[in-house]
Amino acid sequence: MNTKRKLYIGFMRAAMYVCTVCTAALVLFLMGYVMGNGIPNISWELLSTKPSYLSGRIGILPDILNTVYIVLVTLIIVLPLGVGAAIYLTEYAKNKKMVSVIEYAAETLSGIPSIIYGLVGMLLFSNNFGTSLLAGALTLTIMNLPTVMRTTQESLKTVPQSYREGAFGLGAGKWRVIRTVVLPGCVDGMITGCILSVGRILGESAALLFTAGFAHALNGIFGALASPGATLTVALYVYAKEEGEFGVAFAISAILMILTVLINLSAAFVGKYFGRRRNV
Amino acid sequence: MKRGLVLDDFERTRNRKPRFYEKVIHGIFLMLGLITVGCVLLITIYLIISGIPAIKEIDLINFLFGKEWASTAAEPKYGILPFILTSVYGTTGAILIGVPIGFFAAVYLSKIASQKLRSVIEAAVSLLAGIPSVVYGLVGMLVLVPAIRELFHVPDGASLLAAIVVLAVMILPNIIKVSITALDAVPKEYEDASLALGATPIETIFKVSVPAAKSGIAAAVVLGVGRAIGEAMAVMMVAGNVANMPSLFQSVRFLTTAVSGEMAYSSPGSLQRNALFSIALILFLFIMLINATLNFFLKRDKEK
Repeated sequence: MNTKRKLYIGFMRAAMYVCTVCTAALVLFLMGYVMGNGIPNISWELLSTKPSYLSGRIGILPDILNTVYIVLVTLIIVLPLGVGAAIYLTEYAKNKKMVSVIEYAAETLSGIPSIIYGLVGMLLFSNNFGTSLLAGALTLTIMNLPTVMRTTQESLKTVPQSYREGAFGLGAGKWRVIRTVVLPGCVDGMITGCILSVGRILGESAALLFTAGFAHALNGIFGALASPGATLTVALYVYAKEEGEFGVAFAISAILMILTVLINLSAAFVGKYFGRRRNV
Repeated sequence: MKRGLVLDDFERTRNRKPRFYEKVIHGIFLMLGLITVGCVLLITIYLIISGIPAIKEIDLINFLFGKEWASTAAEPKYGILPFILTSVYGTTGAILIGVPIGFFAAVYLSKIASQKLRSVIEAAVSLLAGIPSVVYGLVGMLVLVPAIRELFHVPDGASLLAAIVVLAVMILPNIIKVSITALDAVPKEYEDASLALGATPIETIFKVSVPAAKSGIAAAVVLGVGRAIGEAMAVMMVAGNVANMPSLFQSVRFLTTAVSGEMAYSSPGSLQRNALFSIALILFLFIMLINATLNFFLKRDKEK
């Protein structure tokens, strides 16, 4: 083997090792840095109170609740829409052109940056019924529609055709086949779609800043939907950028990191659990 | 018991002559299916309607190629060339750093790493993808910005360079994941043939597998471009947000941060706010262009 060849091989091998180690080190550093700075700042008082200017106290309970509300409302709206669209594509659509148009639209939606969703959400929803969590949730619905649609579609494709034929053969109508045979078969897709959506909603800030605002008021669910409120991520941005409260920002970061880990683990678990059941 | 139920079902569906409700349900699903198309149209139309007035008032050439943005000055100037160039430079920089690292890591994980190591690092990469952008912004603000100030002896570390590094980190997981998928799909026969001809494993990987996966890797790069050009919050926290022409150690404003930075205090209906919508329209056009490119690469991959 001549030297040039040896050099090439050595260089490529070194590049691969260095880059992989860099990536791993980056993740470790980010985790360590955020957790190290964040966890000492998490206290029961921080988690269970609302901010008060009088006592100079910062609490993130309203932000936690807002996040929960917005996740719930978004999922409730996006799930039927996304699943319905997926069912249309796999069960009803016969026109190939129509399918490709819808799929292209979904791809376009998932490529649009969140700041643009924020603007359009502001024009469409906030200008009509005010800056509120509901406006934020509706904006997030459009954002997450392609995700739910795609995961459901993937799992619908794995429902064996023979199941449907069997049901039709027994005289069931199309709707009955979908309700009793197809829908139960795509539960894993729906769950995965929900998990991915929750992850995306938790991480979203640009789209919410102009649609849901950044108030920290403590409200019940219906009151909160009608009034502006910050989610955890938006609160993190406000505390870090506008108010310089880095301790609180790190505490929220650590919470978000932990949630991200949990979401990744549960997505992996759902994939494995249903994958095994399907192969049996 | 079960058989009775099935027979019952059979009877019921046969006796219903015109399947009216089936048609209704078909219609409902058709509407649900068309919602995505409706959303895309709605977004496009809204952006065009709200973006055009300011462009008309400022004049397209002045708007796109004006070098000065001073929206709150007594004599306001609305030139977005600094933002366009910053977005282009920032994205290019992020690609130049992020793509090689992501590419080599993906090759290692797909072709060389043991199954165990691969699943561990892949989980770590997924975590990287799931971290909210404001967390990147926070870490960048407190680690990267001071580091740049110290290392390069500049008065303020909030600069284009800081934004480039943060964006490079943010696109890394996308590039790794998509490249791995592409590399995994290379037929094993190609590699076996190359090995049998006397090439070493490393030569096989880089001269056979990588060229075979090049469409997928190109798609990964384009996806990275899309994510980098659209990122707002993390960039907002580290780039300083002054409307300068781009330079590595200067505070700069991207297309995205130009929109989000002034939106909060511009009054509705003013030329300033309308100009922000026009910036969003330009950004949208960039994204559509990138999407079309992405689709081109993905389609080419599928046809093969």
